[in-house]
Amino acid sequence: MNNQRRNVLKAGSGAALMGMLAAAGIITPGMALAEWNKAAFDAKSMADTLKALGAEGPADSKDVQVTGPDIAENGAVVPVGVGTTLPNVTMVAILIEKNPNALAAAFTLPAGTQPNVQTRVKMGQTSNVYALVKSDGKFFMATKEIKVTLGGCGG
Amino acid sequence: MGNPMKIRAANKDGVTEVKALISHDMETGQRKDSNGAVIPAHFIIELVAKHNDKVVLSSEFGTAISKNPYLAFKFNGGAKGDKISLSWKDNKGDTRTDEATIS
Repeated sequence: MNNQRRNVLKAGSGAALMGMLAAAGIITPGMALAEWNKAAFDAKSMADTLKALGAEGPADSKDVQVTGPDIAENGAVVPVGVGTTLPNVTMVAILIEKNPNALAAAFTLPAGTQPNVQTRVKMGQTSNVYALVKSDGKFFMATKEIKVTLGGCGG
Repeated sequence: MGNPMKIRAANKDGVTEVKALISHDMETGQRKDSNGAVIPAHFIIELVAKHNDKVVLSSEFGTAISKNPYLAFKFNGGAKGDKISLSWKDNKGDTRTDEATIS
């Protein structure tokens, strides 16, 4: 079964075929679409992460918003949201500059899904939080500093 | 595997907002237990949300997502009674799928 899945992925099939396969029960629904980008999640620095995402040199944009608290008391649970008014957004990512691995999450948005996601992240220390947005094939970025009074990566 | 997710989906003026609370440890692999041994990483790597059978969000998570992850997003369309399903997969290969209906 796994071999089959590899072959299907290699063939670069479209979503329609994936849908058919999923319907036929050959692959587990939902699990064949995204291949976890290990290089990007393993990258330590911002620059390496951007490179792994194929997003070198994103432009700063006022149309991208990072929402979150100015000061987070508990770094283990920091609510962070990304929103943008840019058109045709296909990807949204949240990066935390001073975490051990900068990339926190990457979202792929099909047409019809609004470029507005909220989640909660862990932050080891006070850091700039970046929102990376891919709009019309170009990358845009915005940043916000969130101060952490108690780190979330304690050991 | 794992406990059920809590999923709320509400349609307002043609836009459906989905909020989900997922039960997962999201262990980073950086913490140590009381004996100083590193607790191995265990975290969700992929999460896919579907409206009926159409994918509306696919996401990749790193270890920096909080324990028991929360996720909220909106998509255009959807109607009362439609099905929303969320599936995740973690780095140990565990998966779970839960469903909810749009209210």
